[in-house]
Amino acid sequence: MSKDLFEIGGLKLDSRLFTGTGKYADDSVIPGICEASGSQVITVALRRVDMESTTGNVMDFIPKNMQLLPNTSGARTADEAVRIARLARAMGCGDWIKIEVISDNKYLLPDGYETARATEILVKEGFIVLPYVNADLYVARSLVDAGAAAVMPLGAPIGTNRGLQTREMLRILIDEITIPVIVDAGIGKPSEACEAMEMGADACLVNTAIATASDPVMMARAFGRAVKAGREAYLAGPGATQCHAAASSPLTDFLSGD
Amino acid sequence: MSFYPICAEYSGAPLTEIFAAATESDVRRALGKTLLGPEDFLALMSPAALPLLEEIARKASRLTEQNFGRTIQLFTPLYLSNYCTNHCVYCGFNAKNKIPRTQLTLKQLEEEAKAIASTGLKHLLILTGESRIKASPDYLDSCMGVLRKYFPSVSIEIYAMEQDEYARLVDAGVDGLTIYQETYDEELYAELHPRGPKRDFRYRLDAPERGCKAGMRVVNIGALLGLGDWHKDALITALHAAYLQDRYPEVDISVSLPRMRPHVGEFQPTSIVEDRDMVQVMLALRLFLPRLGITVSTRENAEFRENILPLGVTKMSAGVSTAVGGHSQDGDQVGQFDISDERGVEEMCEVLRKHGYQPVFKDWESITEPAKGAA
Amino acid sequence: MVVVLNGKKMDMTEGVTLLELLESKGLSPETVVVERNKEIVPADSFTDVVLNDGDHLEVLRFVGGG
Repeated sequence: MSKDLFEIGGLKLDSRLFTGTGKYADDSVIPGICEASGSQVITVALRRVDMESTTGNVMDFIPKNMQLLPNTSGARTADEAVRIARLARAMGCGDWIKIEVISDNKYLLPDGYETARATEILVKEGFIVLPYVNADLYVARSLVDAGAAAVMPLGAPIGTNRGLQTREMLRILIDEITIPVIVDAGIGKPSEACEAMEMGADACLVNTAIATASDPVMMARAFGRAVKAGREAYLAGPGATQCHAAASSPLTDFLSGD
Repeated sequence: MSFYPICAEYSGAPLTEIFAAATESDVRRALGKTLLGPEDFLALMSPAALPLLEEIARKASRLTEQNFGRTIQLFTPLYLSNYCTNHCVYCGFNAKNKIPRTQLTLKQLEEEAKAIASTGLKHLLILTGESRIKASPDYLDSCMGVLRKYFPSVSIEIYAMEQDEYARLVDAGVDGLTIYQETYDEELYAELHPRGPKRDFRYRLDAPERGCKAGMRVVNIGALLGLGDWHKDALITALHAAYLQDRYPEVDISVSLPRMRPHVGEFQPTSIVEDRDMVQVMLALRLFLPRLGITVSTRENAEFRENILPLGVTKMSAGVSTAVGGHSQDGDQVGQFDISDERGVEEMCEVLRKHGYQPVFKDWESITEPAKGAA
Repeated sequence: MVVVLNGKKMDMTEGVTLLELLESKGLSPETVVVERNKEIVPADSFTDVVLNDGDHLEVLRFVGGG
């Protein structure tokens, strides 16, 4: 079998696990996370520098071979997302951008309309756009039309670790959407990442579940393996599940008289 | 965009070998999936599926009820015209056949429409031969002026048209397009259509897609099973339906499964599609495309049509005449093909109810006012 | 003169360049991106940009995020 590479944004990746840099108790664990998970893509956010604080620079901990995926967190509108994306690109770390537009701070659910608008603008400016969205077929289709490099539907609201609450909708997106589907947000356990991959998702993005584990490095390794296992199961084609139908009156008996 | 590349790819597929290689576990795997690919459809069409036919039928039955309920939509064809410039060797209206040619006047059409409407039917399928001069787009437009007074839903089964011509008919009140490729085997197609505009394989192949783009609400495709290798034609029909469903999610795609019937003319079926084959195709289609409409005409006999009710069918014709003016005109008109189930609409409804199915005459209403003076 | 840096007013002497300001704050220029009056300042021109009275500066950098 030829090597199963994940093609996205002009790259061919071995790993289908994207990871993040948020919520770590100590950023110095990040290199260990990257190594243990096998991940090749890592997210970062963009913020005002706090002139009074002397905290370290997260960039010092991200291995140089990682593809950086800046997000537009903090953006409440398409225009703000576009502004953040342009600033992120000016940092000189490539054209990838994860669009995240959220104006509802209670549930942190993404705004599909603003996200689609921002995607359209940024694709025209040459960005590799990965929008974070609800598992909504219409929004996903508009993102495909806008030229997104992937869609990143949520499994459950950000940071909730509640698993694939949107399972049925994800299934539909995986079936219908022609660009990569990367399940982002909500994945709390390796088994859930594995399930998403078994269903045919192209990749998973996991941050909170790794960052907040008692042993983040061990959890990163577990996620790396789970994503791989799920992908292989998907490629292998799962066996049949038996359906037990009650044999009332046969439906095809009329054919036996032939 | 065109279905042609997919059609060409699968026309060359070594079906005999693929079927020989299919195993029971391939079939079981297909049975266990919620989303099936072409390879699953092939497994379900293979001989390996035959021992599992009852199990497949149960799943098909469940899926059909889930998606459509216990309902059968009824419609009837109305032949407007049998002038034809084509030489389709299998067709009763073949230009070479010496049969009386006629075309309904608007007054005759009104009588036909009244006769059909009095049976309670609301879905009408209007048909013509291929004659752009006789059954012109203008003529069809005028016919719609009459028909929309009686029928909220009218489909056309006529010669392949341009997208803007379809759009014009949509404006005139047409909401469905039925067009059969007859066979997806390009070489055989050329043999079977020696002369006439229908000879253009690709133009016809892309017609359903033009209909989707033109705003048709329902597009019904199919192959005339028995013309060629029916396995291959059924497979490519299914892929064609999937292609259209994927690209035009706003259109209801359905498939007809016409089997060759005896008719005036020398060409008779080359391969026989047995009842079991027909059932297998229908079940495989249902599992592959759970939302697909499946139409079964009165080419099939009454008993068979009743037996397949739970297996996937969603639309049936009733009270059928395949001759021009057959619903209201006196005389012995020659039909396009012979029918097997001659029961009238009322009788059909009773039979359906007896089997626990609701006959449906009309299942939707446009919320926008149709273009010109509607019923 | 006065410039606004990340929302805070700062008194500054005339003729200071952007690079000098960043360095005075202990920031290495390759780790930040700067918006000056809503326009992104290209990283290679930090030395050339002389600050003016009333300039609004936003200095941002990457932080942890998911």
